[in-house]
Amino acid sequence: MSDIADKVKKIVVEHLGVDESKVTPDASFIDDLGADSLDTVELVMAFEEAFSVEIPEDAAEKIATVKDAIDYIEKQKAA
Amino acid sequence: MFSLSGKTALVTGASGGIGAAIARQLHAQGATIVLSGTREAALQELADSLGERAHIAVANLADPAEADGLVAKAEAAAGAPLDILVNNAGLTRDTLAIRMKDSDWSQVLTVDLESPFRLARAALKGMLRRRAGRIISIASVVGTTGNAGQANYAAAKAGIVGMSKSLAQEAGPRGVTVNVVAPGFIETPMTDVLPDAVREKLVGSIPLGRMGNTGDVASAVVYLASEEAAWVTGTTLHVNGGMAMV
Repeated sequence: MSDIADKVKKIVVEHLGVDESKVTPDASFIDDLGADSLDTVELVMAFEEAFSVEIPEDAAEKIATVKDAIDYIEKQKAA
Repeated sequence: MFSLSGKTALVTGASGGIGAAIARQLHAQGATIVLSGTREAALQELADSLGERAHIAVANLADPAEADGLVAKAEAAAGAPLDILVNNAGLTRDTLAIRMKDSDWSQVLTVDLESPFRLARAALKGMLRRRAGRIISIASVVGTTGNAGQANYAAAKAGIVGMSKSLAQEAGPRGVTVNVVAPGFIETPMTDVLPDAVREKLVGSIPLGRMGNTGDVASAVVYLASEEAAWVTGTTLHVNGGMAMV
């Protein structure tokens, strides 16, 4: 697992208070991890801070799963 | 009832009459207070008179960067996360609209509406995470009734109400409440200079037969800041002696 994936997972565990084993790549923040809309906004803000990236509103809306978040951040970091 | 022991509160405009009264009453209920304003000496004097649990954080809220940074500065001064934000700072640039300069409009909107938003935005980040918090903004009866010569001020104060209702809906699921206190005519150095005839007319329009005092406003803030007000959000508590029953 990449450093980014590791860090994303850690942030998700910390913010949503879920068990690490549930934070699989395909896990949906809302459907599987019990997040509400405020949680997802807070998660995006936490990602922005942790990775020093800016995630615009339209991109944030498409981040539904753990993998979506990892992919988006990896792409930003590679660019 | 209404104990604020263990809570940390930031009061903006704390060197003014109403702000100082709010700070005193919150402090008397046990809260740790951070006094903010532009006049350091006045803030320090108030902090010294309060004794323990009183800190200062100087900021000019006309400056967006200082407004954005004030919550962090206050938390650093108190050494604790913020539980209660009281947006009290405000200024007036009264004149009839046809004589109102752009700067009269923008200064009032910046300090009285935009800076409370900046402070609330910064405070909410932590409050949502901690699933607790109180945001209380001081508006004015003129935000509801309007007032000749105060188009800018009335717009800002009405704006505070709409903003607070929106924030209340956003923050409600996390147990954070957002409310407004709307004072009527309050005895302050500003109203002391009114001619007697004007005062009499003013008081005549108030069913409770007197001007308000700063303590009347501060008591309303204490209530909204307390645990007892846990199920009250998005509301405006009018403290005006019955002058406008809205």
